[in-house]
Amino acid sequence: MSIKSMDELRKIREEHQNKVNLRQSGNNQEDRIEILIGMATCGISSGARETLNAFVEEIGKQGLNNAKVITVGCIGYCHSEPTVQVNMPGQKPVLYGTVKKDKVPDIVNKHIIGGQPVENLILKVDFERA
Amino acid sequence: MATRSNILVCGGTGCLASESDKVIKNLELIIKARGYENEARVIRTGCFGFCEKGPIVKIEPDNVFYVMVGPKDAKDIVDEHIIKGRTVDRLLYREPKANEIINRQEDMPFYKKQLRVALRNCGLINPEDILEYIAFGGYEALGKALTSMTRDQVVDEVKRSGLRGRGGGGFPTGIKWEVTKKQDDNEKFIICNADEGDPGAFMDRSILEGDPHSVIEAMAIGGYAIGASKGIIYIRAEYPLAISRLNTALNQAREQGLLGKNIFGSDFSFDINIKYGAGAFVCGEETALINSCTGKRGEPNYKPPYPAEKGYWGHPTCVNNVETFANIPQIITRGADWFASIGTEKSKGTKVFALAGKVKNVGLVEVPMGITFREIIFDIGGGIQGGRKFKAVQTGGPSGGVITEQYLDTPIDYDSLISIGSMMGSGGMIVMDETDNMVKIAKFYLEFTMDESCGRCTPCRIGTKRMYEILDKITSGKGTMADIDALKQLAYMVKGSSLCGLGQTAPNPVISTLKHFWEEYMAFIKDVDNPRGEGRHIAKNKIKFATEK
Ligand SMILES: Cc1cc2nc3c(=O)[nH]c(=O)nc-3n(C[C@H](O)[C@H](O)[C@H](O)COP(=O)(O)O)c2cc1C
Repeated sequence: MSIKSMDELRKIREEHQNKVNLRQSGNNQEDRIEILIGMATCGISSGARETLNAFVEEIGKQGLNNAKVITVGCIGYCHSEPTVQVNMPGQKPVLYGTVKKDKVPDIVNKHIIGGQPVENLILKVDFERA
Repeated sequence: MATRSNILVCGGTGCLASESDKVIKNLELIIKARGYENEARVIRTGCFGFCEKGPIVKIEPDNVFYVMVGPKDAKDIVDEHIIKGRTVDRLLYREPKANEIINRQEDMPFYKKQLRVALRNCGLINPEDILEYIAFGGYEALGKALTSMTRDQVVDEVKRSGLRGRGGGGFPTGIKWEVTKKQDDNEKFIICNADEGDPGAFMDRSILEGDPHSVIEAMAIGGYAIGASKGIIYIRAEYPLAISRLNTALNQAREQGLLGKNIFGSDFSFDINIKYGAGAFVCGEETALINSCTGKRGEPNYKPPYPAEKGYWGHPTCVNNVETFANIPQIITRGADWFASIGTEKSKGTKVFALAGKVKNVGLVEVPMGITFREIIFDIGGGIQGGRKFKAVQTGGPSGGVITEQYLDTPIDYDSLISIGSMMGSGGMIVMDETDNMVKIAKFYLEFTMDESCGRCTPCRIGTKRMYEILDKITSGKGTMADIDALKQLAYMVKGSSLCGLGQTAPNPVISTLKHFWEEYMAFIKDVDNPRGEGRHIAKNKIKFATEK
């Protein structure tokens, strides 16, 4: 196979984007969307790994190159695992509870793409403890 | 299932020497054993630059930077970080001054003041996979040049960028390309100088190991601009890893049609051969390099004619350094104005330095021109080891001079370094502290140039030998003032009458140490009782700092 035009090169670039899109290149750190998944033992046992993979897949499917999915440790809401925190640039972080993998498309479509948090999944943080 | 984690492990020569290949193997085995091979991928990258703390492992997208990772740490990285999302704190970098832990690469003082252009892909991509290079925009510069720019436009872009040769001389690259392009000959050549003979320097090696395609792409762009259809990479045989990655990269580029006939459907055809050097320092000099390429003895010729006029087999030949080339694709894609916005008035862009010697953070750093020595040595380099005092820094390797404390705030560029008695050289930067004896340092460099003198011209062959003998006599405490006079006289004679840059610059370490450290020479002459001459500089009482062990 031989690349014979800029278009062919760009096509290859796009096809292989998924190989490298987890890695940061350059300085576009500021407008990144972060999706933090609690991956402690209780999280994993309630399906955090599946949720995590669902996020990665959904984001890949939608071509959201500026969103990254990050695993984090326990944040202490074992009753509501799996927990997911979404950080949109310039907005207050939103914490979701009991995010099974079937909830993932909703969060991606409504919140990450649409900008509207999915109210019924939001975990009400108890300020006395927090 | 899509990959959610990339584990980047440094596969540069430095980290490989501290077993990063075993780290990679263990990571892969454990990931497989835990059943996570679809979710986490291990990537062997080029050099991250922070060699002092190697092997380096970086986890993406989490952006966590682990240092000094051993094969045994692979288990914790997988079980804790990849599976449970908990950073392995003991592997994080601890900033010694404030004694605080730092997770992210960009927050580490070592990286804060760096700006990566030539090294942009080192530590980011797998150098053995052309598709990763393409995924980060690779070969778009070549495509742009071939499909939408004339040869003159390419030359003009490089000229306007202000890029100067990174191999030592600092000659404007665009002008060299223009001169070669203008020659009337239907056979021309473009050569990449990857001889890197400067002791302690490893910038070019790291670029070739970490991002070989950037050089290949740039050579093709250069070939198009000057009208050459053949390129040669002259690389020292002591760089086996760089050679193997280059070969892999060349083959992959050929497979994709990015080297070969009618690249990007244009009428431009280009391919590259590798020639191996046997490691003689003088073979880095361009005319000696060309002689060596043609199978002759690696000895320099008188210039003019310059290689651009009459080079490889008598044809116009453009010789550029590895790092010079590594800047080219960025200049073409991002434009000359972007490149020219970095750096000082007469030295544009960045420079890679191999920071070594008595500095805390030994490694490879890329900084914008105009940064000061103080910033490189104390901010990026973390200061002097063991809380000792800074004495001098040598740039330009055996061809350069020492720079003393009073010049630490000089903005670094080609011209400022010459004005303070040194030179940019290829980027070696060796830091010396109060325990180093400068006469011995000068002797060390002279021994190197004496050994490496090819013997073709008398001043260099005999002059460096005599200078070395005098320095040996002085450092063994038997020298007299007459020896110092003879040394000085010889230094200027060798400098003024040698055939090539080797001899013309060999006396620089002597001249600059005589100028800045006269008292250390005198100590050897006057203190016959104390032949090491170092007695005067060792404090009687040593103050221990709390941070010292
Ligand atoms: C003794 C001596 C050794 C040299 N060694 C090297 C070297 O190892 N690598 C290099 O790129 N240039 C070296 N040079 C400089 C080359 O002669 C030449 O100027 C350079 O390759 C041109 O490329 P540039 O314009 O991109 O810097 C050396 C010069 C001299 C005099």
